[in-house]
Formats: sequence, structure tokens, C-alpha cells
Amino acid sequence: MNSQMTPGVTARRLNDDSLRENFGDLHAPLQPHEAAVAADRCYFCHDAPCVTACPTDIDIPLFIRQISTGTPEAAATTIFDMNILGGMCARVCPTEELCEQACVREVAEGKPVEIGRLQRHATDTLMAKGVHPFERADETGKTVAVVGAGPAGLSCAHRLAMLGHNVALYDARPKAGGLNEYGIAAYKSTNDFAAKEVDWLLAIGGITLENGKALGDALNLDGLARDFDAVFLSVGLGGVNALGIDGGENDSVIDAVEFIELLRQTDDLATLPVGRNVVVIGGGMTAVDAAVQSKLLGAQNVTIAYRRGREAMSASRYEQDLAASHGVQLLFNVQPKAVLNGGSSTQIELEYTAVTNGKLAGTGETLSLSADQVFSAIGQTLTTDGGLVLEGGKIAVSERGRTNRSKVWAGGDCASGGNDLTVTAVAEGRDAAMDIHATLMGGVE
Amino acid sequence: MADLTTEFLGIKSPNPFWLASAPPTDKEYNVRRAFEAGWGGVVWKTLGAEGPPVVNVNGPRYGVIHGADRRVLGLNNIELITDRSLEINLEEITRVKKDYPDRAVIVSIMVPCEEQAWKDILPKVEATGADGIELNFGCPHGMSERGMGAAVGQVPEYIEMVTRWCKQYYSKPVIVKLTPNITDVRLPAAAAKRGGADAVSLINTINSIVSVNLDSMSPEPSIDGKGTHGGYCGPAVKPIAMSMVSEIARAPDTAGLPISGIGGVTTWRDAAEFITLGCGNVQVCTAAMTYGFKVVQEMISGLSQWMDEKGHTSIQDFMGAAIPNTTDWQYLNLNYVAKAEINQDDCISCGRCYAACEDTSHQAIAMSSDRKFTVIDAECVACNLCVEVCPVENCITMVEQKPGTVDARTGKTVVDDYANWTTHPNNPGAVAAE
Repeated sequence: MNSQMTPGVTARRLNDDSLRENFGDLHAPLQPHEAAVAADRCYFCHDAPCVTACPTDIDIPLFIRQISTGTPEAAATTIFDMNILGGMCARVCPTEELCEQACVREVAEGKPVEIGRLQRHATDTLMAKGVHPFERADETGKTVAVVGAGPAGLSCAHRLAMLGHNVALYDARPKAGGLNEYGIAAYKSTNDFAAKEVDWLLAIGGITLENGKALGDALNLDGLARDFDAVFLSVGLGGVNALGIDGGENDSVIDAVEFIELLRQTDDLATLPVGRNVVVIGGGMTAVDAAVQSKLLGAQNVTIAYRRGREAMSASRYEQDLAASHGVQLLFNVQPKAVLNGGSSTQIELEYTAVTNGKLAGTGETLSLSADQVFSAIGQTLTTDGGLVLEGGKIAVSERGRTNRSKVWAGGDCASGGNDLTVTAVAEGRDAAMDIHATLMGGVE
Repeated sequence: MADLTTEFLGIKSPNPFWLASAPPTDKEYNVRRAFEAGWGGVVWKTLGAEGPPVVNVNGPRYGVIHGADRRVLGLNNIELITDRSLEINLEEITRVKKDYPDRAVIVSIMVPCEEQAWKDILPKVEATGADGIELNFGCPHGMSERGMGAAVGQVPEYIEMVTRWCKQYYSKPVIVKLTPNITDVRLPAAAAKRGGADAVSLINTINSIVSVNLDSMSPEPSIDGKGTHGGYCGPAVKPIAMSMVSEIARAPDTAGLPISGIGGVTTWRDAAEFITLGCGNVQVCTAAMTYGFKVVQEMISGLSQWMDEKGHTSIQDFMGAAIPNTTDWQYLNLNYVAKAEINQDDCISCGRCYAACEDTSHQAIAMSSDRKFTVIDAECVACNLCVEVCPVENCITMVEQKPGTVDARTGKTVVDDYANWTTHPNNPGAVAAE
């Protein structure tokens, strides 16, 4: 048995009980009475700010009132009507920056209505009953290819199927779900929720899922555009940005995305190796997820090194505090300069930064940290553009998700606009589906 | 600290908080615990005639209307009068009164409307040394089917008759407890006074069905699949009780008749309000049944603090103080004009005022694109709905429009004169001012 202090990179730093506790549900589900009390705090605001703040426009006051009157199933239907992945969004949404930030009780007393947990209560209740609340419309005879079964693709496919179209849903990975399955911290999606949610969603019917089929490989856009009435691309961002520093190719430098994926897919957390000293480079949710989970696996010292100040970090203050409360050190205004040596005494050299004349630059002053592992979490890139026009490195789309090519729509992380949030991807998939529907039906309702 | 000592009908108690005749006062054990907790007096659970006592149902007796977090807002019960023998109750009353001479002990009685029945029981009650009796003419369930309780309280002639017997065969104060299940509570109160009652107490519980089980289709509480109306009490009935109390305090026939106020008293503030409407003390039941006897400590400390703050040294100082300000609608000043005003610093932009006013009232609140809510004076009738639905206390207030200003809604200048409906030109029966 190893411990947190065992040098180098090793598995089994913590015993099974500790691991189980560490990777349990981040927020325990609300019990029915807790939900009733939490729901009662909602003021049922007029034209509620929380709804405006929700990228999927869920009617939050209505679903909360439905919970408070003892009909969480109806509440779930209200949620799913706008956001078919309302179950996952209840778990992963940065509610502190969306609905709960806008809640008037946040304004009034700094304690918003617990919208995220209430949403989970409602959606969990209905999903536990195995009920799929929607039925398909009469078949239209139209077919749509959806490429990428992440949040945007699933949302789009479901809405299209509901409207009566037949959907071929493709995904490059062995499992559907996209980042829900591969990219979210384990303690946010416990008990294989992502996979269960996909199964539940597909129960609408009219969707055939084919895994192991990637655009640019088994699929090409010309063929899809020829064989289907419409195509929706939601392929995500397959590439990972490299650190581009001396020693960046060192074995100890790992993509944070890969590490998170490994954590999600393993059958036994105890077998996953983690360094005694871990440094995560980046300032987003991926950086926080990698850092916190390193700590939960038993790393002794974990540092997030971010090149700008706290306020510029894209991880929310809540996420920053979550990291800090797990003992992760947050280091601001430092950028990686080099990874030194290999083997057991790896160090990372960081350089302090400052903004002068609006430009970020190194100050020349450096510090070194022991780093058995360096997780790189400095963003991802589009790997498959299908020959479409790009904007800022992503597929350029209109507000309704239209690309420059007719019959082809795109949404989610691979498309321009948006903010890399699951909930935004869901909204984009849904809205593109509505536009595809309108286009295919020629204005016929 | 203010002196809470109360003298009601000459009966002294250390504070005005008595426990009403109800389950909490059914036996010696409870009453001793109540006195130890600090209650000023008790009205012992209603005694019936000698002989086999009544029986209660062996299923649920209570039903509740819950508010948020299962707060008890209204309680209903189908329990009858004491189901213990008269002898045991009398023995216990005697012992308790002897041990607590400074506390008020009143005995509630309900026997058939026959002179002999009262003639039999009253000397026995007198022998206990209790301070007075309360005639239960209010119990609305079960006993009323047998011609007692509310069945008596709904017939003023019976009230007067029985009260007269009690005054004849009993030497100490007689309080008549009134039922609210009647059209005009002033009539039974006046009847009690004619019969010689020393005081009235009100209200007894209100006929009620608190819930229906939508699976079994039975009203609740349900006894083997069937329910019956019970008596409703608790915070929900306080407004009804206070209105009835005020009517008796204001009516020429009954003005000045001592009143013991009952109905939803839960906090010191409730008690203070009842007293300002003319009550000499209050009786409490649901609050004790919800929180236990200790709740009286808050009532005592709260009332004392408020009295100190207001400079009242005794209950008498503010007893009935709100009665002169309780009037009929027709005498309200129609020249008084107010407008709602929203304090923008306190507003949390929930929009409840807007929804309520726009959908159900006078379209007198404007909402801007950045969720700023403002009152449109030209539409505002000062109905107060926005004030009451606003979740932030005192964020919206009703501001009196000073004489000389122009009411933007009517275009008329606000005047200082008092004018009411009786002389209003729109009133067909108006008496022209000379």
C-alpha cells in the first residue's frame, strides 16, 4: 500500500474506502422534504431572471412550483421540454454563474434558491421511474444525420426524432455522451449517469446510434449531405493544445482531458497512478476537474498554475473554491517555461507574468515546483471541419446553427459562438433541430 | 419589566396567557406541567355529567393545514369533551388548584339543557375551589349532534336560560364560550349577558374539513374510510376570531362585557392584538399543541418587551385601545388618498408586484426592460396588493398624499376634510349636508 507521500507516480495512494468517499456524489440528492422546503423559497418571479439566465430557457419558477405541490414528475417534463439533458445539466451546470446567480434571493440575501439541486430532484424522480415523457409525432419520412453524440448531438437528435424525423446518430467513440461520458469530473456524474441518460433519451425512438464512426474517417460530409435530408455536426473539439515549452514532450506531461477520461472510464480508481506532486496548467473547468481529482486520488501536493489573475479564470469562483477546499493550491500570474529533467525528480519551471499595455508577458522572474505529473489543460481545438467555413477556429454558424453549406447545420463546442457549456450545447442542438425541421417541412407546421 | 399580572372577573393570574379548554388541559399531569412552564391559568377540559363518560374515536382526531416546511397553519379536531370520569376530574382539579393558588383554574362544563343537570354538577364544581366556570356552547362536532355544545350556542334563548341557571346555582364567575358557527355573534353574546354571564370567551372552533384523501375519497381525519367535519383552530382562524371579538366589544348591547380572546394566538403579538380589541386575557391551544408548553415563555417575554417599549405598565393600559378605531366601512374617510411607493434600493426585482397588479388589479406598476418596477400614480388606487405580495418587508409602502397635492388618478386636489359614504353624492341614501 502506498501513501500520499510515496515518491513519483504511483497507484493505490488511498484505500478503497477513501476513494469511494472522495468520488461520491459532490452534492447529495435532495430528499423529498428537503426539496419541498427548498422549493418553497422560490418567489415565482414574473418573467423570472433565472429563466433569462438559463441558456435553454427552462421555465424554472413553474417546475419549482410543480415540485412544491408534490408533482416532481410534471416538473421534470417542464424541464425536459426545453432541455432533454436536464438531468446532466442539473449536475454540471455552473448554476452559480447562470440561474442561481440571477435568482432574486441571491440579490436579496446571497442565498439563491437551489435551482440546480431542485432540477436534479425532479429529473431524477422521473428518470428513476423509467418514464420517457415524450412521444414522437407522425413520421415525416425525412432523415437527418447527426454526427457526434455529445450534448448538442443528443439534444438535436431527440428533438428531431420527437418531431417525426428519422435520425442516424454517429459517434467516433465506443460510447455515446461526448464530454458527459468522457469529460466531466467523476464526482459530478456518479453511478454511470451519463450512459443511463443516453439510454433514457434514446427511448423516444426514431434514432439509430452507430458508434465508432468519425467524420473524416468512416463518414464524409459530401456523402452524408447526399444520403440524408439534413446533417447536423456536433463533433466537439478533438484536439488538445500543446504546451509548446522546453520539455513539453516529456512523459510526465499529460493532457488533462485524457486523465479525466481515464478516471471516468476505469473500473477501479485504485489502479490509476497519480503523482505525489501534480501541477495543472490552465484556468478552466478542465484544469479544476483534473486538479481536484488528482487530489482525490491521493496526490499530496496539487497546484493549478494559471497565467492570468483570478478574475480572468474561466472556472467559476465556485469551482475555484471547490479546488481550494480540497487542498489544491491556486497559483496566479505564472506561465510554464520548461519541464526539467525526467524520472523521479521532475520539476516545472514557471515564470511570473504581468500585463503591460494590455499584453501579457513574462517578467523574467521564475519559480520551480516539483511535478511528477504536469497536466496540460490549456484548451482544445477543432480537428474535423468538413471543409466548412471557420470562424475563430470553429465552424462558423448562424444563430440557428446554419453553416455556409446548405443542408448542413452545426452546434456545440465545434461551432462558433457559445461558451463551451453543456447547457449551451443542448440549446444549440435543440434550436438547430427546430430550424432543420422548419426547413425540411417547408414552413408546414 | 412590565407587570403582566391580570385580573379578569376578579380572578388573578400572573399573566394573561391561559390554556384553553382542550386536550392540553385534560388532566392533572398536563396542567401541572403547564403551570410549571409558566402559564397564567387553564380552562380545564370540558366536564360532562356524572355517569359513563363519552367515548372518543380510536382513530385519528386531528387534521392540519400545513404551510412551508410543515408549519401548522390550521388544526382541526374531532375530539369530544373529557372521556374521563367526572369524579377523577374533580379530584384532580381540587388538588391542582390547592397547589397553585396563584394561577387561574376555570372549569369548562357541558351538560344537557336541563336545569337539573346543571343543578347537579355546579355544586360539585364549586367544591373544587376552582376560580370560575366556562360554559362550552361552542363545540361544533359530535356533542352538537346530541343537543349540546354548538347546538346550544346557536340558540340565544338557550344560552340565556342556561347562563341564568349557572348564575343561580354557582357563586363564582361564569364565562360563556361562544361558537363562531353562527351568522351574527353579537346575538349569542347579548343573550349571555342577559342571562347574567360575567364574561364571554370566543371563538370556539369552526366547522371544517381540512383535507380529502384523493385515493380513498375520505375526508380527513379519516376513521375507517369516513370522515366528519371537525373544529378548526390555529393561526388560520385568528382574523375571524378578532373580527368577532371586535363586534362584541363595539355593539351597544355588549360593550364593556369582559371578553377572553381565543383563536390562533401563537405569539405575544397575537395576544397584544386581541387585548387591544377589548379582551381581558387570551386563551391558547394550538400553539401549545404544536410547540409544547414552553412556548408561553416567548409570549411572556415578547409582551413584556413590547409593553416596556410602549410605556405600558399593565394590560389595562392598552386593553381595548383599538376599539375606537374599529368602525363600519361607511365611516371610512373617502377623502384619504394614498399611493404605493417602491423603494428601489430594497427592491430585488422579483416582479411579483407587477404580476399581481397587471394581471389582477389596476395596471398601476410599470416594468422596464432592465426590471425596474415603478408605480404609475395615475392608475394606482392604493389597494395594497403590491405591498402584501412583495417578499421584502417595507420595500413597498403606502404613502399618504398630503392635502393640496393632486391625485394623478382622479385629477382632484386632495383635501383635508373628512367625508364618508353616508354623505357621498353617489350614495342613493345619502343625507345632504346642511
